[in-house]
Amino acid sequence: MDDSALIPKGVKRCPFRQFALWIGIAGIVLLWGVYAMFLCWFKGLNQTNMNDAYGFALWIWADLAVIAVGGGAFFSGFLRYLVGKDELKNIINYAVLIGFICYSSALLILAIDVGQPLRAWFIFWHANVHSMLTEVAFCLSCYFAVLTIEYIPLILENRQINKVPFFHNLAHNMHEIMAIFAATGAFLSFFHQGSLGGVAGVLFGRPFSYREGVLIWPWAFFLFTWSAAAYGPCFTILITKITEVITGKKLVKDNVIELLAKISGWMIITYTAAKLIDTIYWAAVTAPSMGFTIDHFFGTSIYGIWILGAELILGGIAPGLILISEKGRKSPFGLWVAVIFGVIGVSLNRWVMVLQTMAVPVLPFEEWYLYIPSWQEVATTVLPVAYGVILIMISYRYMPIFPQEQELNPID
Amino acid sequence: MKNEQGHHKTGKKYGMVIDLDKCTGCGACMVACMAENNVPFKEDETNKLDNIMWMRVYRMSNGKPFPDADICYIPRPCMHCEAKHGHSPCVSVCPATATDYSHETGIVSQIYTRCFGCRYCMAACPYHARYFNWWDPVWPEGMKNYLSPDVSPRMRGVVEKCSFCFHRYQLAKDKALTAGHREIEESAYQTACTQACPAGAITFGDLDNPKHAVYKLKHDPRAFRLLERLGTNPKVYYVTDREWVRWMADNYQDQEQKAKG
Repeated sequence: MDDSALIPKGVKRCPFRQFALWIGIAGIVLLWGVYAMFLCWFKGLNQTNMNDAYGFALWIWADLAVIAVGGGAFFSGFLRYLVGKDELKNIINYAVLIGFICYSSALLILAIDVGQPLRAWFIFWHANVHSMLTEVAFCLSCYFAVLTIEYIPLILENRQINKVPFFHNLAHNMHEIMAIFAATGAFLSFFHQGSLGGVAGVLFGRPFSYREGVLIWPWAFFLFTWSAAAYGPCFTILITKITEVITGKKLVKDNVIELLAKISGWMIITYTAAKLIDTIYWAAVTAPSMGFTIDHFFGTSIYGIWILGAELILGGIAPGLILISEKGRKSPFGLWVAVIFGVIGVSLNRWVMVLQTMAVPVLPFEEWYLYIPSWQEVATTVLPVAYGVILIMISYRYMPIFPQEQELNPID
Repeated sequence: MKNEQGHHKTGKKYGMVIDLDKCTGCGACMVACMAENNVPFKEDETNKLDNIMWMRVYRMSNGKPFPDADICYIPRPCMHCEAKHGHSPCVSVCPATATDYSHETGIVSQIYTRCFGCRYCMAACPYHARYFNWWDPVWPEGMKNYLSPDVSPRMRGVVEKCSFCFHRYQLAKDKALTAGHREIEESAYQTACTQACPAGAITFGDLDNPKHAVYKLKHDPRAFRLLERLGTNPKVYYVTDREWVRWMADNYQDQEQKAKG
């Protein structure tokens, strides 16, 4: 089969057979996840290893993690359209695509995670304004709509679709007003990223995650927004670099990556400083006032104090320092290390805020709760990864995702 | 309903006082609760992490070797927390308003038909008083005929919990109205666990009503509540002579105990 008519002009793509083979491999993983998803929907959440102590588990972590790393979309959009960092126009398409994948995955995971999926709309219909989860549901859905609007022009720019005058004009006009959507996205993201922090931060029955705050918002609310803005660009850079390795091409110029890396570095450093202050206050004031010491929270080998050190030092200070130094971010090795550590760091933060919160004993006669996910949980968590790979492959092949690709890879 | 100051008029505040020195850990309260409230069970109930027990008896130990070893059984229903401004840990987080704090009775209720099973309330409850229906209930043959008609059985995928036998409150209220009484008498509304306890360890009533036994008992200097310092403001009190139980119940650290004498 020849699909060359669909491929953007001036760029080279692998043979269709090779493309189809990799789509097929990712498709098998996807089908495995879809099978597990239907098992959960038809047989119920007894297919998981969650229990009454571990009501929130792997899925909620995956949800929080993909939303955090998907923050690259809103923050890049904010920098490009509102702050005026024009160079970022060369990576914004990819940031939007990654964000679209992350947010659609998050919504899918949530749809699997509820005990009565057919009643999931109750969250909108019977909304409780006091619940952080309500805020998450509303802002997440609205922001996903914004991302869809931001992704549509990319689809319309496919060579064949763009030949239709209506679609051509629609794509053009959508690009013209994209700043409005970027601003809307930044506003919505501030709230839903924060609300996800608030989900854990307001739990005054769980001293491990509970944080004091200002008005109705716990400090975790602001830290989650800040960390998503800080680490989201790390993930955008990481996926861009992985794409470059797989395609064997340079797709984005170094100055663009370096600008994003520098901003991300300063955001990470300031976030880590704020997180450190928050941790000290929580350990010295908040938790003791509730009858808990820091030793109590880090009492096992899995959830030892090492986890806090890893999050703050390896996931915060180290990538931050590398990225703010010119030498660090210009070095390919330094950049790889920084973005990988950064993504692991923010994922670790989401892990402890969900899973360690559940694991720590609160009642005096309880033991630590530990849990190992079932294969159905693993498969449904891998599902979005396979889906993301497929969508990236299709988008890269048929849409002009990287505006600098042609210039960086001229065809003789 | 709100008064002139804008505060909710609290009609009643039903609660419990459990005498831990009387509790033998026999489990009659658990059995009575399950039978009364159509609580589903599995063939094998050994895994306590996925079974449902609205009332569960825990075992506390002082951790000391013989001859100082001591244990205490501590029955744990839902605490029906009031917290600040009536925002119980679970009520304030439920995104679909599927759990409610009644200012008429002080009881935290669960609306099964509205719950969509997100389990956020379970994450919020420090007492593990909320249970998820991981399976649809399966009743042994013939048992369906013996289910209580006053309590709706729950389906797979929703959360349930102790309701302080709310259906008994409704029946008592109806009876009182029919008889022309304004007030429900203390004896007219009692939970199943209270009545089943062979040692008489559980006392139930209106915590704000000086005529009710719980009012006096909650002011006992030996009375305490579980995890009081979290700010959940529970309506279940415990009474014991044993100081170590009182310290442990609120996670008092050694140095805090010394400082408090």
